[in-house]
Amino acid sequence: MMTEPVLRVENLIVRFPGRRGSSITVIDGVSFDIKAGETLSLVGESGSGKTTIGRAILGLAPVTAGSITFRGEAISNIPRARRRKVARGIQVVFQDPYSSLNPAMTVEDILVEPLAAAGVSGGRTRVRELLDAVALPADTGGRYPREFSGGQRQRIAIARALALNPSVIICDEPTSSLDVTTQARVLTLFQEIQRETGVAYLFISHDLGVVNEVSNRIAVLYQGRIVEIGDAHGVATNPQHPYTRKLQMAAPVADPKKQRIRRARRLEAAALEDALASQQRTAEAN
Amino acid sequence: MTGTPGLDLVVDLPAPEAQPPAARRSVLRRLLTNPQGACCLAFLLLVVFMGLASPWLAPVGPNVTNLAAVNAPPFSPHHLLGADASGRDILSRLMWGTRETLLACVIVLLVSVLLGVTSGLIAGYYRGKFEASASWVSDVLMSLPGIVLLIALYARTGPNIVAAMAVFGLLIAPVYFRLVRSTVVGVRNELYVDAAKVVGLSDFRIVGRHVLSAVRGPVIIQSSFVLAAGIAIEAGVDFLGLGNPAQPSWGSVLQQSFNNIYNNGASVVWPALLISLTILALVLLGSVLRDLLQSSAHSRTLSSRRRRELSRQSRQDALPATKARPASSQDVVLSIRGLRIGYPDGTGGVREVVRGADLDVRRGEIHGLVGESGSGKSQIAFSTLGILPKEALILGGSILLDGKDLLASPKLMQEARGRRIAYVPQEPMSNLDPSFTIGAQLTYGLRAVKEMTKQEAEKKLLGLLARVGINDPERVFRLYPHQISGGMAQRVLICGAVAADPDVIVADEPTTALDVTVQAEVLELLRELDDERELAMILVTHNLGVVADICDYVSVMKDGLILERGDVDSLFESPAQAYTQELLSSSRRVELTEV
Repeated sequence: MMTEPVLRVENLIVRFPGRRGSSITVIDGVSFDIKAGETLSLVGESGSGKTTIGRAILGLAPVTAGSITFRGEAISNIPRARRRKVARGIQVVFQDPYSSLNPAMTVEDILVEPLAAAGVSGGRTRVRELLDAVALPADTGGRYPREFSGGQRQRIAIARALALNPSVIICDEPTSSLDVTTQARVLTLFQEIQRETGVAYLFISHDLGVVNEVSNRIAVLYQGRIVEIGDAHGVATNPQHPYTRKLQMAAPVADPKKQRIRRARRLEAAALEDALASQQRTAEAN
Repeated sequence: MTGTPGLDLVVDLPAPEAQPPAARRSVLRRLLTNPQGACCLAFLLLVVFMGLASPWLAPVGPNVTNLAAVNAPPFSPHHLLGADASGRDILSRLMWGTRETLLACVIVLLVSVLLGVTSGLIAGYYRGKFEASASWVSDVLMSLPGIVLLIALYARTGPNIVAAMAVFGLLIAPVYFRLVRSTVVGVRNELYVDAAKVVGLSDFRIVGRHVLSAVRGPVIIQSSFVLAAGIAIEAGVDFLGLGNPAQPSWGSVLQQSFNNIYNNGASVVWPALLISLTILALVLLGSVLRDLLQSSAHSRTLSSRRRRELSRQSRQDALPATKARPASSQDVVLSIRGLRIGYPDGTGGVREVVRGADLDVRRGEIHGLVGESGSGKSQIAFSTLGILPKEALILGGSILLDGKDLLASPKLMQEARGRRIAYVPQEPMSNLDPSFTIGAQLTYGLRAVKEMTKQEAEKKLLGLLARVGINDPERVFRLYPHQISGGMAQRVLICGAVAADPDVIVADEPTTALDVTVQAEVLELLRELDDERELAMILVTHNLGVVADICDYVSVMKDGLILERGDVDSLFESPAQAYTQELLSSSRRVELTEV
């Protein structure tokens, strides 16, 4: 059985203008698709372009070439008014729960905003439902974002993303700035929401472990290219590409004994890599 | 410490967001409770009311002459402030004149706000060509000499206060333009504006809902200063005789009194006083508004008497404690005993964020201090270096370095900091000064704590840079911070920390801002340096993986208390506290345990 992908990115290229007329290629030919109800993760380190891909899909970064289709309709480089009609089903949860909520607005105003933009009536009851969906008390609505902790703010941001019943949510490092116990709770919330609503996630993270926990498939990004993509468990535990292996080895685990073994292996691998590199240099010199 | 059980509520101390809801009152209410603000506002309202009600309140009309009262002194019957050379009542003329001055001010404000704010919004939000050309126009306008232009205008239009003030409004519009543009440029990069775009708000609504609210405060403050300038300019134009002679205004009353100064000297005082007081009131009101709208810090300070009281109390508490519990073993370098740190809670009380912490660090040992945000772990790190924020209060306890209490005297702390106790910060980039080269700041830092010549310092630092894994130290020495990566910047800071051969290193989340592959390398470096130099290291972190990787000993903190401590192997194997177990299970859930 083949399910039609809800979001498809083909050969995406994003370039930003650089110094003196030159241009910097941030995303260099990335292709992937997301099926309904699935979680695909983009994992990579800073500068890998993972956030830019998310922003390009959201229409917040320019698409230089390639195509992004949502439910069969092209959504890259379309006018904002048209985008409002076709791409309403793609929503976002950003990394920083502090600057993603307007400090001058109450939680209720924040949650009503998407409904008002879409011309949906009956906003107040929907706000109650949304707060309930992210396990926040019903009296949250009248309060301001600054009265909440990071984890609670992230719940508010998730509620906002859910307001328009999206079919894809782009989660851009949604738990990176949270404490580890809070992160665990927020990840559980993401999973529950997916079970209940069947929403698909594009989960962007630098943490292979977090990604392994939440995704069906993982794509590993390195310098604007996907170097490895496949089933989550396979990529996380049996990586094929050397870069993924390096990422996998580098994350420390909270167990001193296991970590000692991992560390020894990592150092071994690094030494090997160094030896290879110096061999190559001597070969080039000759 | 306030904490609601059941909710994942964390109180992040240094963040300004942690304000109690009580501090949230309407700006108007706070303005009225501020004596300076209330006085200024009352005075200005009185002036406006007297002006508007002059047809009913003024004793006589503005141009009614009474030849019997020519140059009447102040406080004479029927003429409270005296009369001018034509026998016109000065009080009445000033009251009627207020209308003209008010009109002038309203025109200046309307024209400048309309032009400046609109163009600033468009330029800031859309940037591009409009911003470039609007900025150019604004620069040109700002370079024009205002009063000269107004005199030239008079030559064309004759006495026309409306035209003159409209032109002045145009000249002053760049003030708003610049203010609004820079505010909007800041706001448009906020994630909540992106979020509004994603949910499908049109630009118009985004500006209306999100951008205008950020611009409102600064514009209100600026308006108060612009009004003051408007009054001064209007009076100035009238004083030069460019006003409408048929209509009195504050400026024309002043001018006529001035021409008549030898016959009736006192008459100059009244218009001058009125103009000065009104301008003063506007400027003071602007300052009060600025304080109210743009700062929130002042509500969280304690009176200096209360501070002294609290710290004296803490000294008395500390002394017996220090004597009672000496450092436990020979190779303990740094020992923290019963440390308590508090912050003013905004209502005159103190909220304790570290509630009696004990910590021993031995030579050659890496001591992990682990906890979540708000647990007080960074506060302990800062206190050992004497770099707590200035609102912080040490409420008790001691920090013993080789048995001497650093908290007892600022001099001891000063001597230890940088020399015996060094610091590796969390954000490597913001801890390097962007305007100096790496070499310059490292040399400066080293020579501040060690007696050595520049050449000696440079030689030592170049060697150390190579040691911390920087391949081409000479080249890096000449680079500026923005030219190196985050990982390299952290190596540079580690090099700076060990350069003075300290005994203790306090590392506050040293790898949190780094990529995971770089983190592994930096941890490796810290471990090697610790072994080589027999350092005692406090490593503050929220990451249990980092603790498992590098630490020998670990203390788990929550809500200002050290809940549990032990050597890493046994604590990770059998944590006693439920909280430690939760921490461990939460982080093991998201890690790749398969080797």
